Formats: sequence, structure tokens, C-alpha cells
Amino acid sequence: MSVRHALLALLSEGPKYGLRLREEFEAGTGEVWPLNIGQVYTTLQRLERDGLVESDGDDERDSPQKRFRITADGSRELANWLRTPPDMSSPPRDELVIKVLVALLVPGTDVHEVIQAHRRYVVELMQQWTRIKEADAGRDLALGLAVDAELFRLDALARWLDAADGRIKRAAAEPPGPARDDLPKLRRKTGATP
Amino acid sequence: MSTLELRQVSKVYGQGAAVVHALGEVSLEVDAGTMVAVMGPSGSGKSTLLTIAGSLEEPTSGQVLVAGQDLATMSRNDKARLRRQSIGYVFQDFNLLPGLTAAENVALPLELDGVGARKAREAGLRALTDLGLADRAANYPDQLSGGERQRAAIARAVVGDRQLLLADEPSGALDSINSDAVMRMIHAACQRGVAAVVVTHDAQLASWADRVVFIRDGRIVDQTAPAPGPESLLGQDR
Repeated sequence: MSVRHALLALLSEGPKYGLRLREEFEAGTGEVWPLNIGQVYTTLQRLERDGLVESDGDDERDSPQKRFRITADGSRELANWLRTPPDMSSPPRDELVIKVLVALLVPGTDVHEVIQAHRRYVVELMQQWTRIKEADAGRDLALGLAVDAELFRLDALARWLDAADGRIKRAAAEPPGPARDDLPKLRRKTGATP
Repeated sequence: MSTLELRQVSKVYGQGAAVVHALGEVSLEVDAGTMVAVMGPSGSGKSTLLTIAGSLEEPTSGQVLVAGQDLATMSRNDKARLRRQSIGYVFQDFNLLPGLTAAENVALPLELDGVGARKAREAGLRALTDLGLADRAANYPDQLSGGERQRAAIARAVVGDRQLLLADEPSGALDSINSDAVMRMIHAACQRGVAAVVVTHDAQLASWADRVVFIRDGRIVDQTAPAPGPESLLGQDR
């Protein structure tokens, strides 16, 4: 989550004080991403240094006394950021994936039991997010979108665990095929090998 | 007393070399006002569990109690009455009768149970209204969208004074917004005191339940802990 660009977005509505920016940031992210006030001021100072925002009043005053406004450069930077897809080309080093892969290597480990422990945890988290969605009943759009994102992310993990469960079960019943030597790149990228 | 109780229920199909153990000593209690999801992959026995819980099939061994009554001690007629009066079913493919309007489909279980046609129609219309389908009451199933058809199926499953709602992949092929709407409705029925069992392979669907039970190869292997409040996920630095 880029706090920097979120603050630029809030300032694009008009000049604001730091405290108000923090409140609006939290409301705008459905209060899913809490933000401390120190983070807000540090980020504003950097934005000011880079010429993306400016403040009124003299430089001697404390940040809480200052009102910030976005500059033309800041608006261009924001528009550019909104349209630039985040880098998702290399698979993230997912700890859950690594644990299941490692479980396969440890003698005497029931991988299905390991998978179930993770599945239960993921579903329990999803139950909690669903309670939030249910209680809100679609009133807060930002909250609904943030909760959906979290539910879909966790759902992807649950699906992967199901697929892994089935694949490992099948692999145990069938002998492995001949090894292929054209996969080292993906293996390295996923962090699957030590 | 639980609305539904399965005690050591097993189900075996076939015999000899072709024997299939669909369920192995499954025990499960579902109280009034709660939703339990049974989650497992295809072939794990979850649909068998649902048909046995709904008295559509008999277990090979073990007991099934609905509202405290042991199904094994009931006559065929008593079981048929229990299915009409106390149990609602929702299936993946809706199972609405094509020659009847939405209102007629919903009123059907009441009419089969001897409720007068007018009273049944009124109750059916009320159930449709609760699910936001009042203006579609006179439409036939093929004039309804997938989401509307499933809502009509849920109205039919909760119409009258049902105590137990059994749902097999209730949001089937619906998109996530319609799935949410369907699950919200099942949850609302639970808040009115209905006990619900939802079987699914879908974690998003299961996460609507108060308790998720995991089934593998016909056996319950695990279940979720009672959920802490949502506060634990929000505003973590305060």
C-alpha cells in the first residue's frame, strides 16, 4: 500500500491538515489499514522535499500547524501511478507454499495434516472477514471492496491448498514421470529450491 | 436439543470388491439459529451426508435425529410429513418446476401439506417479498435470471415454519455478488431460528457459517474454532 500516493489522492480534493489526512486515509481504506500520525508527517515531509506537495506558513512551524496542497508535479505523479500496474511478474515468496513444499521433504510428516492446519486457519480468517462484510451490509463501499480483496486473496490460498491436497494424494498413488530439465527458471523464481 | 443430530452415521454403497464407504461414523450437531458448513472436495461424502440428514436416504448404521426425533423410528408417512413441514432443501440446480410461476413454486410445499391454496399463495408471496422477488412472483422459472431462480428456491425452502435448511452448493454457478445475496438470505433464515447445513467445496461460501466442518473420504477430520470478533482484524495498532 503506497501511503505516499494515497495522501496525494486525498490532497487532490483540496488542501488539508495532517490529522485530517490520517482520518480520511483510514476511512477511505475501510479502516482496514490503520496509519499512525508519525507516518503521515514523515511522508508529507518527503513529498514536500520532492516538490509533489507544498505547505503554507513558514518552515519553522510544526507539521500539525501546516496545511498541505498538491502541486502540478504531484498531480502528474498521481495520475501516472494510478495507471501503472504493480509489478507482479515474479511469484512472491509465499511462506505458506514453502511450508507445504518443505513438509514433503520431512520424513514421517503427514502432509495432508499440515495442509489441513493451514486450511483451517485460512477459513477461520475468512469467517471473520465475512462477519465484517455481513455487519456492514454494503453501506461502506471502500470497506466492502477492501474486505472482498482480502476474501479473494485468502480464497486463492484455500483453493491452492485444495489443489495441493489432491495433487499430493494422486502423486502418492502414481509413480512419478521422467524428470524434465527445462524448468529451472521457474523453480528458482518461486523459491521452491533452497 | 439440537435441530439436527447425526450420531456415528455411516453409509456404505455396493458390496464385495465394489464396496464404497461414503460416510464413516460421522457425528454432527446443528442447533437452532446456527449455520454449519460442511466443506470438502468432490467425492468426500458431503452430499451423501446432506441426503441422509434430510431423510432422503437411510444410513447403513448410526442415528439421525431431527428436532429430537429418531428418523429410524418414524413411518414412511411421518418422514414424508417431516420433509414437507420441517425441512427445506436448496440444490445447486434450483429444481424449480418449469410449469409453475415463482409464487406457485414457493407455495407448493404448503399446498402439498394440505394448506389451503389461498393461504399457501399468501405465505409464498410473503417469502418471495422477503427475498426481494415480489415483482417476479408471476414469472415462470425460465423468465428469471440465475440469481432470481436461486432466491425463489430459497424462498421455497424457508416458506412456512421450517426448522432445518439443507443446501448443496447453493450458489452453484452464480457470480460473487449473487452468491453473497444467497448466503445473506440463508443467514437471515438462521437469525430467525432456522438451523442450516450448507455443503460446499467453496471457502468463500463456507465462511458465512458459524462453524465449518471439514470432511475427507467420508470422515469429519477437523472443524473451525468459534470465531473471535471482527475487532481482531480492524485497527490493529489501537
